[in-house]
Amino acid sequence: MLKIDDIYVAYDDLQALWGVSLEVEAGEIVVLIGPNGAGKSTLMRAIAGLQPPSRGRILLDGATIHQLPAHSVVERGVVLIPEGRRLFGGMTVLENLQLGAYATKARDVHVETLRRVFEIFPILEERRGQAAGTLSGGQQQMLAIGRALMGLPRLLLLDEPSLGLAPLVVRDIFEVLREINKDGVTLLLAEQNARMALGVAQRAYILEQGRVAGQGTGQEMLQSDHIRRAYLGQLGPIEEAKP
Amino acid sequence: MNLEPVVQNLVFGLFVGGLYGIAAVGLSLVFGVMKVLNVAHGALVMLGGYASFWIFTWYGIDPFAAILITAPLLFLLGFALHVGLFRFVTRLGEEAKIKNSLLISFGLTLVLENLAIKLWTADERAITTGYAGEGVTLAGVIFPYTRMGAFAVAVLAIALLHFFLNRSYAGKAIRATAEDWEAASLMGINVQRTYVVAFAIGTALAGVAGALVGVAYTIAPSIGLAWTLKALVVVVLAGMGSIVGAFGAGILLGEAEALSVYVFGSSYREVVGLVLFLLVLLLRPQGLFGRR
Repeated sequence: MLKIDDIYVAYDDLQALWGVSLEVEAGEIVVLIGPNGAGKSTLMRAIAGLQPPSRGRILLDGATIHQLPAHSVVERGVVLIPEGRRLFGGMTVLENLQLGAYATKARDVHVETLRRVFEIFPILEERRGQAAGTLSGGQQQMLAIGRALMGLPRLLLLDEPSLGLAPLVVRDIFEVLREINKDGVTLLLAEQNARMALGVAQRAYILEQGRVAGQGTGQEMLQSDHIRRAYLGQLGPIEEAKP
Repeated sequence: MNLEPVVQNLVFGLFVGGLYGIAAVGLSLVFGVMKVLNVAHGALVMLGGYASFWIFTWYGIDPFAAILITAPLLFLLGFALHVGLFRFVTRLGEEAKIKNSLLISFGLTLVLENLAIKLWTADERAITTGYAGEGVTLAGVIFPYTRMGAFAVAVLAIALLHFFLNRSYAGKAIRATAEDWEAASLMGINVQRTYVVAFAIGTALAGVAGALVGVAYTIAPSIGLAWTLKALVVVVLAGMGSIVGAFGAGILLGEAEALSVYVFGSSYREVVGLVLFLLVLLLRPQGLFGRR
């Protein structure tokens, strides 16, 4: 479904990605793990059209999407939940959800999609008239996911969905993500919470210093010594990650 | 003590304040959405005034009805100005955007002002309708028809804008873009197109303001910077992102000026706004109605 082919991305004078390649098959849950500053967010932003690569290609179902502006990428069914959620804090919960369905195809059916989102997150229906900025962290993450679902994603990109949330809330969020995946939405998530992410993922890529440093199935990763040492906090001190 | 002059001043303050409000709303919208400062806004008010003046003079169309022509004309002008000039600054970083938009719009002010002098002379003009100078008198206080009408149209225009921004999908897209353009683009909103629309609406609002100034007061090619200044003071008083707040702040400024004229005499009229401006910046920099 998604194929990233040797992309390089730079911010002004800072090179963030060096020849990254990876693939996501339809129906999969794929997770990107790696330390802060490894380039996970940059990769997500590049796919979503916010940070175009200077070299390399990004293909969706065989068609290149890396020259498209972000709003056109959304039209093709690729929706990013950015780091920090980026809700419209001054607008209501309902308005945030309506904006999620701004793209033409999604807008035509937004009433039905809204009903489905309220089924998944009943709390959002209760709080529909409340300003998004006044929700709790967990509710904000639910709204971020609900808002993304309003855009009818085929591929949902999540950048650090567990950031700043209590462990119990994180478990609920991952449960919902698994449900969404069962409904046929392909997921690519960047996570620092490697244990939780590897638990739900079919496959994983390790990103270190802007390069792919390893890949495997979720289970393989959980067994790997390097992963356990660097990301799961087991077997002694954390080593400096080597590219 | 005779209260009539005070009440009369307050009534006139209310009417002129409504115009400050409508002049400021367009500037506030453009700044809020695009984060560019268009100091040519007052010059666009001036153009709106001339458009209505000539429509009235050549075709005899009532100036209030002429707004239905002036506003779309200015909308198109705003569209062209954005595509031709302001589009190039919207992709810059925050600070470069402000600086470049200031330079561009100041230059635009000079061009428009001199063009207006060349085309229409530097004379002051006023739209003189059959009912100009007439009004109702209540308990010794005069309510001129033109100023009452101008105030009513200003209220109506702001109510329409408020409704559009809060109820329509396009309006919500504009608010979302103002709050976080990158997140807006992730919703599938074409941010560049939203900028054009917001700028064109802002220019149309300047046109409406100008038309009302032309019918209730006077216009001249040089009024542009004065109206930009008023609008800026009102936007700072109101705080960003509040349309209804900008209208309220406009009325506040109008009343403050009116009272100062009564108390200190008309030579201090312009000082009042600037003192309010400084006080708000010092004590409540987010504005009277703004969110932090």
